[in-house]
Order: sequence, then C-alpha cells, then structure tokens
Amino acid sequence: MTDIDKTDVATDGETVADTEDDRTWTGRTRRWVLKKLPPEKLLPSSQPSYVASWIYVFGMGTLASLVFIIASGVILSLNGPMWYHLDPLGHFVNSVHLWSVEFFFFFMVIHLWGKFWMAAWRGHRALTWITGVISFAVSIVAAFTGYLVQTNFDSEWIAFQAKDAINATGLGAWFDVTNFGQMFMWHILLLPIAVVIIVAMHVVLVRVHGVVPPLDADDSDSQLSGQEITHVESH
Amino acid sequence: MTDFLSVASTVDPAGIFLSWGIFSIQLGNLLVIVAMFAVFIAALFVPFPGGRRRK
Repeated sequence: MTDIDKTDVATDGETVADTEDDRTWTGRTRRWVLKKLPPEKLLPSSQPSYVASWIYVFGMGTLASLVFIIASGVILSLNGPMWYHLDPLGHFVNSVHLWSVEFFFFFMVIHLWGKFWMAAWRGHRALTWITGVISFAVSIVAAFTGYLVQTNFDSEWIAFQAKDAINATGLGAWFDVTNFGQMFMWHILLLPIAVVIIVAMHVVLVRVHGVVPPLDADDSDSQLSGQEITHVESH
Repeated sequence: MTDFLSVASTVDPAGIFLSWGIFSIQLGNLLVIVAMFAVFIAALFVPFPGGRRRK
C-alpha cells in the first residue's frame, strides 16, 4: 500500500487524516491546537459580564497603540529621516509614532497594575503573566533604541549617556549604542519582530485560558464554566 | 559655525525639574505618572457603558 492509499477516503467520507488514528506529526499537531484553542475560544462572540469593566480595556488599548506604532513606523521607514525632520507631514507622522509609544506604555502600565492587583497569574496563567513581563521588557529596549535613532542632537546626547550604562554591564563591546547603524537595525527590524512575536504569544495565551476573573468571582458562577480557576479556597 | 549654533539654539530645553532632596523628576514625567494613577482609579469606579445590561 502506498502512502497515498493510507490517506485515501474512508468509508464515512472523511479522510483518514481527520480521524484519531492519524499519527502523523501534522495530524497530532492539528488535534492539539484544536483542543487547546478551538475557533470559538480564539474568536469568541461574547465575554463574561465581569469583562464589562474599564479595567479590562487597557490590554486592548495597548494593542491598538502597537498597531499605530508599527503603521507610523512603516511610513517613517518608507520616507526616511530628512522627510520626517523637514516635511510638515513627516513631522506629523513622526509625532504620531512618538505619541503612539506614549499611549502604548501608558496603557500597558495600567494594564499591568490592574492584572497585578487581581493576581492574573491564577488558573494556570503563569505563562501569560511571564510573556506579559517579557513583552514589557522588550518594549522598553525598543523604545530606548528609538531615542538613539532620532537623528538629532537629542539622540547623540542620549547615546553618549547610555554608553556608560551599557559599558558597565559588559555588553558595550557588542551592543554599541553609539553605533547608529546597529541601533537602527535593532529598532526597525529585530526589536519590532520580537515585540510582535511575544505580544502575539501573550494574546494567544489569553485566548487559551480566557480572561482572568475578578478575585471575588464565585467559583460556582456559570460564566466561569470551562475556565481554569484556582483561587476559590478563601472565598 | 553660525549655522551650527542656530540649529543648536532650536534644540528643546530640558524642561522643568522638580526636586525634593535627592529625588528629582521632570514635570512632564510627573504629570504622566499622575495621569496614569488617575485613569487607573477611574477605571475601577466609573461604570462601563452597557455593563449592567449584560449577563
């Protein structure tokens, strides 16, 4: 029997690849993904009533700001520094990039406070918490390299202040904040990729485990059915 | 040299700094932190539109 015969149409009309008997790595991966993150969890139509609170808004505010950061950054990349220093529209897009970052960190810090005080790592959400912490740290590095590539006197001053701090860590010989080309590549390529990947992981984990319920949510609450909760012992 | 000085003179000033002993902070940074606290507190108490109607 050839490989093609093995995955041929089964008696019920389904291919063998759709059944539990499928031991291929793609089949097993598909079953694992669909078990962990079925479509109704990935793109839910409704949320529990406790999500109808302003404190649950700031994660999405952070994501919206990230979209503006990347979109304005792409436009800045297309036109270059002379454009965003001298052209009025370039000035505007440059300002959008700056203020998107301001709002990004503004929302992210409030999101962090909110999640910290509701112990959002409950219910097997430790990895969600950890990816959030890492995304915060990587975002700070991305923002700092942004200071270095403004191509103005400000960036020169900041680079020469920062080199002492980086040199004190021992990383200065490799991560040279006075090397504009290196910092430019980190800022427009490596760090954005890192931020997007880690934020995507964070969002997927939120969807896998569901939005964390408030601390005083009753474990018998029907809205929590199917969600993983472990905080109920003291309530 | 004149051009350099004219450009240098357009560089933004450092801003207003507030100092209490060893603690020093730029006014703009302080305002952002105060605003974050205000928004955080407001988010806890301001009713969410349509929130009461949801089940």
